This record gives sequence, structure tokens and C-alpha cells, in this order.
Amino acid sequence: MRINGLILSVIGIFFGIIAIFYWFTAYEEAGFLMLLGSAVLGLLPGGYYLWWSSRMRPLEGDLPEATMAEGAGVIDAFPGSSIWPFLLGMAALFAALTFIFGLWLAPIAAALGLSAVVGGVMESRRGGTV
Amino acid sequence: MTTTIEPPELIEPEQPGGPAGHGPDSHGHESEHAEHGPSGLLKWLTSTDHKVIGKSYMITSLVTFFISGAMALVIRAQLSNPTSSLVNFQTYNELFTMHGSLMLYLFAGPFAFGGLANYIVPLQVGAPDMAYPRLNALSYWLYLGGTSMMTLGFVVAGGAASFGWVAYAPLSNSINSPGAGTDMWLMSLGLTGFSAIFTGVNLVATIFYLRAPGMTMFRVPIFSWNMLVTGLLILIAFPVLFGAVVMLFCDRHFGTHIYSVQGGGVPVLWQHLFWFFGHPEVYILALPYFGIVTDIIPVFSRKPLFGYRGMVFATLSIAALSTGVWAHHMFTTGVVLLPFFSLLSYLIAVPTGIKFFNWIGTMWGGQLSFQTPMLFSIGFLFAFLMGGVTGVLLASPPVDFMTHDTYFVVAHFHQVLIGTTVFAGFAGFYFWYPKMFGRMLSERLGKIHFWLLFIGFWVTFLPQYVVGLKGMPRRVADYLTSNGWTGLNQLSTVGAMIIGFSFLFFLVNLVTSWRKPVPAGDNPWDGGALEWFTSSPPPHHNFTHLPPIRSERPVWDYNHPEHRKDEGHGEKRHREHEEKVGANS
Repeated sequence: MRINGLILSVIGIFFGIIAIFYWFTAYEEAGFLMLLGSAVLGLLPGGYYLWWSSRMRPLEGDLPEATMAEGAGVIDAFPGSSIWPFLLGMAALFAALTFIFGLWLAPIAAALGLSAVVGGVMESRRGGTV
Repeated sequence: MTTTIEPPELIEPEQPGGPAGHGPDSHGHESEHAEHGPSGLLKWLTSTDHKVIGKSYMITSLVTFFISGAMALVIRAQLSNPTSSLVNFQTYNELFTMHGSLMLYLFAGPFAFGGLANYIVPLQVGAPDMAYPRLNALSYWLYLGGTSMMTLGFVVAGGAASFGWVAYAPLSNSINSPGAGTDMWLMSLGLTGFSAIFTGVNLVATIFYLRAPGMTMFRVPIFSWNMLVTGLLILIAFPVLFGAVVMLFCDRHFGTHIYSVQGGGVPVLWQHLFWFFGHPEVYILALPYFGIVTDIIPVFSRKPLFGYRGMVFATLSIAALSTGVWAHHMFTTGVVLLPFFSLLSYLIAVPTGIKFFNWIGTMWGGQLSFQTPMLFSIGFLFAFLMGGVTGVLLASPPVDFMTHDTYFVVAHFHQVLIGTTVFAGFAGFYFWYPKMFGRMLSERLGKIHFWLLFIGFWVTFLPQYVVGLKGMPRRVADYLTSNGWTGLNQLSTVGAMIIGFSFLFFLVNLVTSWRKPVPAGDNPWDGGALEWFTSSPPPHHNFTHLPPIRSERPVWDYNHPEHRKDEGHGEKRHREHEEKVGANS
């Protein structure tokens, strides 16, 4: 995980330097803010990974000599199939159409979205370990 | 239904008999039995398996590609004669807008990070699925919804969006571009933008957390590395696009004046926001395809990749630099800092050059075999080199001032984008098709497809450079006989028709492989990455067992123990190892 943290942090630092350089040469706000945002986007997770990497139990994927046996145990719970992403996607589609063609589409979007959120949460509960 | 996954068991290569069913020609399709859950249409609607979603993405994006390619042929037919009246001007504007939008937003990116990456990345890192399978499914449905919505813009009153794929303000405001087609275009970008962000999150999380034991970051195949960097770029770029699109929508409907001068807004702000997304987007489109080629060339050169770490650092530096060059699209606006953006744009040539030399270095002295994926990869090298070199020209403000918005630029970015998305994209498709469907594509038809495409590509775009330098602006629906552009345009149109014709061979190839399947076996190309260890197509959670992972080519090590290196990777350690072996003997 350390290497991941380093990569993100270095990218963040690079954007930070570019942002400062850009501000003092171009004096243009939009680009400066976007570069600054990108710097933060790299430094936030990067800093977290760097801080956490020395404290966490190393991932088997990070150990050069790890065997499959060392990775034994539950990786995670993966849903086999689920209808809720489809309904949520359609809810988003109808919500977008609402903005274009009028509020009469909003109830469809809301109904789809609500059922998808409830269904998805319930599915996670039933699955147990998610 | 939720399945809890345990990692596959370890199989040592020395074990007598090896793992059951492992070998080049064993168990073709029996993995289908391992799948559970619903079947048919319901399976497609409910699947959270990255392989099903990846295939859905690929089919949808290929359909988009063919629709959009047909628009390109109409555009070229219109331009084959001066003052042609095949389509009227409004339709022509809609056609080039939708051609660009469909190709860039809805084919090139999704084909790579939604289709190929979705399918291949979990296999390459030895994961049972993407990190967030349901989020992955949601990505696809948002993408399908967005794609349908943008394409259906043609059927609403006022027609589809017609302001070019960049939607510059004030052309895209409610006075200059009224109608629902424009709004559908904007909303479609919102939906597919979120789809891309979710896929980016998924890719990063998968590669960070779901690597198999022993698959350290510097053993991850370059394709997956590039997808990781692409995921990070998506997370930087797409939120900016979404913000820009929402603000444009507010300008159009809710009375804000963010991009209009009348209310104190700044029209050029749209260009800043758009290109802050748009230039990383170019690399979101290019990096996956670099990765594909980087995975293919070593396999068909029968050598390890030359300069693995160099490739990784080149990818990272291209990504980092690409975020600081957005305004080289805005040189002629007169409000950007020319030296800053010019310098950073030139700098991108350095890591790209490193990649080129590494590709050549990989082929150097190898046992090259020119099967279809390799031919397409080499086609990519030629096409991208030409596109890249003209890109270096355009990074120079004086040259850009002269050629901006001419066909020179059109030819440049088509050579870059066709070089990457079409040549490298189809290289990847021909390369991984046996893995995805368990059957081979015809080499003969594949090679005919390649050569026709390659010839058509140069015939189409070389004349466009010349006609651009002669002053032909882009996005014009007609021109005068006295301009002297007719011959070159006709040549270009002939080339485009050859490109269109070449894809017939691709379609025939697909149909043939379905009607008369030739079983592919697990590892038809003798590849070295983990995806070639499992069956074709892979079982529901990808692996029943895994080889020990001790280099970036674990399957090669497993199948060729005589060449095995027990630790380390990269040409330096390999050389040291060989020197040691030489000294001992």
C-alpha cells in the first residue's frame, strides 16, 4: 500500500507545484482552482495511504513472496446478481429526462429510485457480510 | 444472492500432472456450467459479473462505433464535391457533432475502460470480480441510458445537438441552440460522466485492493497499470465536465449567466472547464490503448517487456502532464499563457517517446510473429507516431495560430484517435476475443481487415493535412471549386469508404466465428499474464486455481519453467541473473 500512497502523493505534489507556478505566471483563477483541486485529490488519499500503510496488516498482494495459502480466508462478499443497479440506472435516466421534458416524469424517477435504494440496502442486509 | 469468495488454491508448477484441466486445448466451454443466477434477458439485466458487464459495454460501444462511423461516411460523401447538397447544412452540423460526441464520449472511452478493462483487469490481477460489482452494473446502465438519450436527439423536434462535440459558449446557449436535442446531449454527458466516474473508482479500488497474493504493484501487467492511471485521470477530469455541463444547463434554463457576457459571465470559462476535462480525456482515451499494445507486443515478440518500470513511470508522467496542458486548445483565444502551455505540451513528447522506444526495444531481437493482434499493434505504432508528431507541431503557438480549426487539426486528431482507439482497440479485441468467447477469430479475415483499414486510414487522412495547410477550415459543409480542394477531398472520401469497407470483413469474421466456432483453448497466444491461466471463457469467479506469482509474467513462468526467474523482474535484474548463471557455469 505504501507504493500506492507514494504514487498518489507524488501526483498531488506535482499538481501543487504546477498550480502555484500557474497562478504566479497566468493569474487565471479557473485553471488555478482546478489544479489545486487535483493536487488535493492526489494528496488526500495519498497521505492517508502513506499514514495507514505502516499501521495496517500488509495485503498479501503487496508481499513479493506471498503464497496463495497466505491469502486464504474470505476476500469479500460479491453479489451474484442484482436487479437494483438496473432500476437505479433507469431512475437516473428518468430524472435526467425530467429536466428536459417536464415534471410529469419525476414520479417515475422517484419511484424507481426509491425502490432501487431500498431494494439495494435490503439486499446488502440479507447478504450479511457486505 | 450473495456469494462469499475465498482465494483460489495454490498449484505448484512442479506438481505431477499439473492442475486438472490446465493446458492449451483443454476444457473449452465447461465453465459455463459454473455460472449461477438467472439466464437470458434477466441475466443481462441483473448480472453483476464483470465479464457480462464488460461484454455488454463492448457490444454497446461497438454499435455506437458503427452508427457514428456511418455518420462519418455521410460527412465524407458530402465533402467529396464542392457545393454538394447530399444533406442540408443543419443536418451536416448535427452529423459532425454527433459523430464526434458518440466516438469520443461513448465509444472510445467506454470501449476501453468499460469494456476491455472491465473484463480483463480483474483477470490480470487475479481478482474474482471488480471491487464493487453492483456499482459496476450501475455504470453500465447509466452508460446505456446516456448513449440512447444522446442518439435519440435526432428524433426530437429541432434535431440533435449541432454545435460540435466541444459545445463552446455562447453557441451552446438557449438562443443559439434551442431545442431538446441539445438538452439531451448535455444530460447524456451527465449520465455517462457519472458512469465513467464509477468505473474509475472501481478500477482503482480493484487494482489497489484485490490483487492476488504475490501480485505486487510492480508485477501488475502494464494494461492494468494503465487502467489504474486512467481511473485516476477519470476522477480528476470527469467531475469538472459534470460541473461545467450543469452550469451550462442552468444558463440555458434557470436564468443564470455563468457563460454569458450580458449577466457578467465569462464565455471563455466554458473553454477552460471543458478542456481541463478534455485534454485529460484524450489520455483517458489513449492510455488504455497504450496498455493493450504494451501487453500484445511482448507476447508476439516472445520476449519480456523491455523497460517495465520505464513504462509505468512514463504512463504516470503522461497522466500528470496531461492535466497541465488544457489551454493548448485555446491558444488562439488570446487569453492564455502561451509559453506555459506550450512547454508542458512539448514535455509530453518525452514520456511518449520512452514508450515508443520501449515498444521497439521489446520487438528488437524477438521472434516476431505477425498474427492479427500484432499487425494491428504495429499499425497503431505507425498511426500514432504520425498523429503524435503533428501534435508536437501543433504545440508550437506560431504553427497553431496558422493551422487552428483547419483540416490539419482534423487530420492530426483523427490519426491519434484512430491510431489508438481503432488500431490498438481492435488489436485488443482480436487478442482477447478467444479469452472472452472461447473461440478463435479467422486470421485470414483479420488480416484483410487490417490491411484495408491501414490503407484506407492513410488515404483518408494524409490528404487532409495538405488540404488543411491549403486553408480548408473544419466543420464546413461545402466549399467552392475555385478553392482547389476538390481532388484532395475526393481522395480522402475514397479512403473513408475503404475504411468502411474493411469493417465488413470484421463483421463477417464475427459471424463466422459464431457459426463455425474454432475452440481457442486457455492460452492460444502463449501469453504470460494471469488471464491466460484460467479457462476461456473464465468461470463465474474467474479462477479455480492460480500459479505462484513471482514476476510480471506468472503464466509464462509456469508454462516455461526453463525460462523462469525466481525473483525480480525487468531487464536489469534479468541481466544480472544471467551473468551470475554464466559465471557459475
